[in-house]
Amino acid sequence: MSLILLAEQTLNGLQFGMMLFLMAAGLTLIFGVMGLINLAHGSLYMVGAFIAAATAAFTGSFLLALIASLAAAALAGVLIEMTIIRRLYERDHLDQVLATFALILIFSEGTRWVFGSFPLYLDIPDALSGTVTLPFGVEYSLYRLVLIGVGLVIALGLFLLIGKTRLGIRIRAGENDREMIGALGVDISRLYTLVFALGAALAGLAGALIGAIQSVQVGMGEPVLILAFVVIVIGGIGSIKGALVGALLVGLTDTLGRFLLPKAFALVLDPSQATAIGSALASMAIYILMAGVLILRPRGLFGGAAS
Amino acid sequence: MTRETALNIVLMAVLLAVPLAAWSLDEPFVITLATRAAILAIAGVGLNVALGLGGLVSFGHAVFFGLGGYAMGILAHHAQTYTPLMTAPFTIDGTTSMPVIWLVAIGVSVLAALAIGALSLRTTGVYFIMITLAFAQMVYYFAISWPAYGGEDGLSVYVRNGFPGLNTMDPIQYFSLCYGVLALVLLGVSRLARSPFGLMLQAARQDPERVEAIGQTPYRLYLTAFVISGAITGLSGALFADLNRFVSPTMLSWHMSGEIMIFVILGGVGRVFGPVAGAALFILLEHLLGGLSAYWHVYLGAMLLGVVLFARGGLYGLLAGREVAHD
Repeated sequence: MSLILLAEQTLNGLQFGMMLFLMAAGLTLIFGVMGLINLAHGSLYMVGAFIAAATAAFTGSFLLALIASLAAAALAGVLIEMTIIRRLYERDHLDQVLATFALILIFSEGTRWVFGSFPLYLDIPDALSGTVTLPFGVEYSLYRLVLIGVGLVIALGLFLLIGKTRLGIRIRAGENDREMIGALGVDISRLYTLVFALGAALAGLAGALIGAIQSVQVGMGEPVLILAFVVIVIGGIGSIKGALVGALLVGLTDTLGRFLLPKAFALVLDPSQATAIGSALASMAIYILMAGVLILRPRGLFGGAAS
Repeated sequence: MTRETALNIVLMAVLLAVPLAAWSLDEPFVITLATRAAILAIAGVGLNVALGLGGLVSFGHAVFFGLGGYAMGILAHHAQTYTPLMTAPFTIDGTTSMPVIWLVAIGVSVLAALAIGALSLRTTGVYFIMITLAFAQMVYYFAISWPAYGGEDGLSVYVRNGFPGLNTMDPIQYFSLCYGVLALVLLGVSRLARSPFGLMLQAARQDPERVEAIGQTPYRLYLTAFVISGAITGLSGALFADLNRFVSPTMLSWHMSGEIMIFVILGGVGRVFGPVAGAALFILLEHLLGGLSAYWHVYLGAMLLGVVLFARGGLYGLLAGREVAHD
């Protein structure tokens, strides 16, 4: 095992974690502010990826594709918030889970109906393709490096938005006491729509960015959605900081687990058995991590009073 | 007789009459559909013990469904290939006898539910939903990446397992068996709901503090309910795998957890017979709409949305009126 390979896998883990953060940030904001479990978040991710792929195929521009995916996901978010999600804020979690599960069914089949069952492909733009050489001779894909950068920039932007702007103050106030900020004259339902659209746009962007390194297909949102839930549960629901830490933790655990566990077992077992046990354990690693965190800290690492 | 009781009787009569009519008309496919409905209803009844009586929103019941399925698959696979399940420290052979398989499926599910429940019940609310989902995903990914029993491809069994005195390969006989199990489970659960334990469990759902104040431990009540719930769902998994003579990780997937939950909601949360109505309706929709359009999940989604938003009691709420007591 070479250290260069390990460095590469660590970067892959960071990149994966950053994309998970884009998903998890929206989910955790929506849960923190509105108290809503949104299973349809993965569908918004899928919408972003499909719109990006279609726009890129039509115009040939990756930048336009990104903008289109942001806009389309935000629009889809606003649309479902105003027609359906809005009715769910006062309901219990069971109703929210089911209604948004129903939305997944509708989105998935709707997408299949519009785009067909075959996967679409989105190419990495020429300017970002190829590899770069990092210090210590590590060769790494430029595009994935850019993804890490984009994730960092958005994380910083979100921290500033939540911490420094008036909208951020309202969002934090909404997490603490929604009746009070309503009484102080803030239009809550507009705030809610805005937060939902923000989360949706982030999910759409993540979908478009990932769409360039994976195939764009129906159902692509579901594994990511479940991982994003794992992330926010580990980090503590409602906390952006928790989402960032949780996302990096999950991204690194998953990637490095798949890389290291089979090798670790190979030290004591014969190769074929080691691969089997190692990869089986690696695919469970993040869920074991989550169960472990919840057993030690039932409200997640940075979880506060939210329930 | 309340309207709910009348509805229960009509429901069970229809579920029995349809396959019998299909049998006399020689339509084995309809019998299979009814068998599916009966088996999935058992899974729903199981979940309803945790969800309806205990208020525990488990989003991971596919784990018990799948474990039951794999209990059948693994035992039958070893019996049919004449290989022992394990040799050290003592030999265990596979079996093709349904009663034994059911006992194993229930036993495995009880153990899994004890472990999952003991850990998950430390959390509440959305954390509980997510941790049950996480445990199910854990087992799902394990089943996919563990090559010994087919991994992602699943495990086929050539012949349906046997039940003393019945020819289980005959559709109507297998239906009767499943219907019988369903009836027994319903009987058991409706007695459970009225038993001191069931009443205390429902009280714990409504107000855990008061239950604690009279000297009960909600955690213990919840855990018992979760284990009973898992055991019933595990049993239905074994029946389901035997119906298809096939078990695969799909039975463990979170879609399956969602579907079992849909049976409960479509029928009506907390109604003992609700999941029967829900599962029957689901199978009916799948058959009718699935024939109408390949995109039938759109209609299913729309309908589910309608039920959640506008008809909160499910089918039972619509047909039998509000629940008599509580909440």
